[in-house]
Amino acid sequence: MASRTETFYDVMRRQGISRRSFLKFCGLTSAALGLGPAWAPKVAEALETQPRIPVIWLHGLECTCCTESFIRSAHPLVKDVVLSMISLDYDDTIMAAAGHQAEAILDEVRETHRGEYILAVEGNPPLKDGGVYCLPGGRPFKDTLTTMAADAKAVIAWGSCASWGCVQAAHPNPTQATPVHEVVTGTPVIKVPGCPPIAEVMTGVLSYMVTFGTLPELDRHGRPKMFYSQRIHDKCYRRPHFDAGQFVERWDDEGARKGYCLYKMGCKGPTTYNACSTVRWNDGVSFPIQSGHGCLGCSEKDFWDKGPFYERLTTLDPLFVEADADTVGGTAALVAGGAIAAHAGVSIARRTAQRRNGNGTGNGTGTGTGKGQGPGHSDTGDSATRG
Amino acid sequence: MSMHIGTGIHAADATAGDASVDRTSIYVYEAPLRVWHWVNALTLTVLAVTGYLIASPLPSVPGEASESFVMGTVRFIHFAAGYVLAVGWLGRIYWAFVGNHHARQLFTFPFWRRSYWRGVIWEANWYAFRRAEPKKYVGHNPLAQFVMFWVFMLGMVFMIATGFALYAEGEGTDSLLYALFGWVFAVFPNSQSVHTWHHLGMWALVIYSMTHIYAVVREDILSRQSMISTMISGERMFKDNRDD
Ligand code: HEM
Ligand code: HEM
Ligand code: SF4
Ligand code: SF4
Repeated sequence: MASRTETFYDVMRRQGISRRSFLKFCGLTSAALGLGPAWAPKVAEALETQPRIPVIWLHGLECTCCTESFIRSAHPLVKDVVLSMISLDYDDTIMAAAGHQAEAILDEVRETHRGEYILAVEGNPPLKDGGVYCLPGGRPFKDTLTTMAADAKAVIAWGSCASWGCVQAAHPNPTQATPVHEVVTGTPVIKVPGCPPIAEVMTGVLSYMVTFGTLPELDRHGRPKMFYSQRIHDKCYRRPHFDAGQFVERWDDEGARKGYCLYKMGCKGPTTYNACSTVRWNDGVSFPIQSGHGCLGCSEKDFWDKGPFYERLTTLDPLFVEADADTVGGTAALVAGGAIAAHAGVSIARRTAQRRNGNGTGNGTGTGTGKGQGPGHSDTGDSATRG
Repeated sequence: MSMHIGTGIHAADATAGDASVDRTSIYVYEAPLRVWHWVNALTLTVLAVTGYLIASPLPSVPGEASESFVMGTVRFIHFAAGYVLAVGWLGRIYWAFVGNHHARQLFTFPFWRRSYWRGVIWEANWYAFRRAEPKKYVGHNPLAQFVMFWVFMLGMVFMIATGFALYAEGEGTDSLLYALFGWVFAVFPNSQSVHTWHHLGMWALVIYSMTHIYAVVREDILSRQSMISTMISGERMFKDNRDD
């Protein structure tokens, strides 16, 4: 197994990656991380001198879309290099080892690299009934996760499952699927949400961490700022249509053909932090909005419960009321309006009645509503009768 | 109480048929509070209309995107009015400290005072037509105070906090506004929920305003004291001199 002094560079060379490719990779990585060309030599130096950090990749309750995304990282070089960095250790979907031999690797890494390895988690642990709804290797995933996280340097929560819970945690969340940061305590958790996250974002975050041995700068929810500090809407190429007030009103209308803003069709771009509108998907080919479909908000917490996907106004989550703010508020306002009208009607009727039988006889008798009439009354006023 | 007739009234056109009674009047709402009230009512109206149009935008405009700025303008008006509302609110809070004691009523709630709750029940009975007349109050009546505090005051705080949190998202997560209001996203991690609740808050304030305006007009006619003119001149005039 890996000796303590082996570097990432050594591993890459052993995997048949040339020095030239290695340097190219360093250039690409620093560009992807937004660090600029000056950083390429620093990345190279770090990878050549720092001891290699093992990456353990666990799979809990998930659909493997994160792995699918990851292994399609646009640049083949990045893919090869990063895969060579991690597949050596443990990833039960793509590693060579199997069975007890594979599971033994977990214990070994935990022993030999205590506090140094990175734990990448795809999926989340269902906690209900002792965690029996997810038993990789015959063991509740929550146990594997907490044991491995306890000795890790940091935990990467891949995708919306690990970050927020995703679809398996959708209301009513029958297996009590729980995001990683709520289960792991004491070890920093980096969220890389998305369903799945963009491949370049995943390789970028991982490269940053293994290269510099530190965590990238995180936002208040624990997402790397370099990829999650802006909303889809902030960098959307349809934004000028939004500001102008040009919207797709129906899927088959003129606006749809002209590429107007998808806001009225329920686009969640204004509330979604992700890099789709800048990095895009499949080697920068496109992203949902470019294909004429609104953003679903897949990288946001509980996006599946904030439906409908095709309406601007969504349900009153977390109350699980199947109605939006206008339905609830508008109905309440109508009821209030009706009540006010009825109350006003009764008030007027009563006053008229009191006037009719009260005015002539004087109103000092105690009904007391004859006071303070509008202009023109100079003769009554209970102040006069009483005073 | 004395009563003056005809010549006792010192007015140029007084005739023998004219009579007046003595009425007490108290200066309750000082000028800054009154100005705030109307600025607030105006901005709130603008915010509700533009806010509604942000969520349900007007029909699309034709032509080049660069020729129109409809949604941008609606949003700009909303944000500008939001700033006016918020600055006014800060001024209102300042006035609670330096103004007269009626300026503080909006921010206090006498939860533990029995007589207060008896007053609430009394007023509720008056509104339920089970009392012939309400009591007189220099400030807000207890029922009004209840709604002012729990719906209006807290509603304003909620709308300003969520509104500026949403605005801070546009300013950027490293902006000063985000540093001030980003905590809203600790409560609602998904900004979509902030939109939804900010929107529902609008309806709460719309219903508040409907009720408030109805109650003010009704009280102005039926109660024993002035209402609307009080928010214009600051003077609370009592229509009778009986003790409660
Ligand atoms: C108390 C009065 C206010 C009312 C009635 C109000 C109403 C609304 C409504 C109905 C929406 C649409 C919500 C949705 O997306 O469904 C909205 C959005 C918004 N409001 Fe307010 N608002 C108020 C105060 C404020 C304040 C003080 C600010 C701060 C500047 C503010 C900033 C915003 C922002 C930034 C948005 C989102 C705009 C967008 O997504 O394009 N609001 N408001
Ligand atoms: C959006 C509309 C409005 C809002 C949000 C609003 C809000 C308020 C608030 C918060 C107060 C308490 C003042 C304080 O203690 O600081 C108040 C008092 C008052 N408002 Fe309004 N107001 C609105 C519209 C109106 C209108 C249209 C009228 C008149 C027709 C009115 C008449 C009054 C009066 C007379 C008082 C004093 C109540 C009293 O004498 O006890 N308001 N209003
Ligand atoms: S399509 Fe979506 S993300 Fe793009 S401008 Fe419109 S609302 Fe914003
Ligand atoms: S556009 Fe929205 S829904 Fe689509 S992948 Fe990006 S964040 Fe997810």
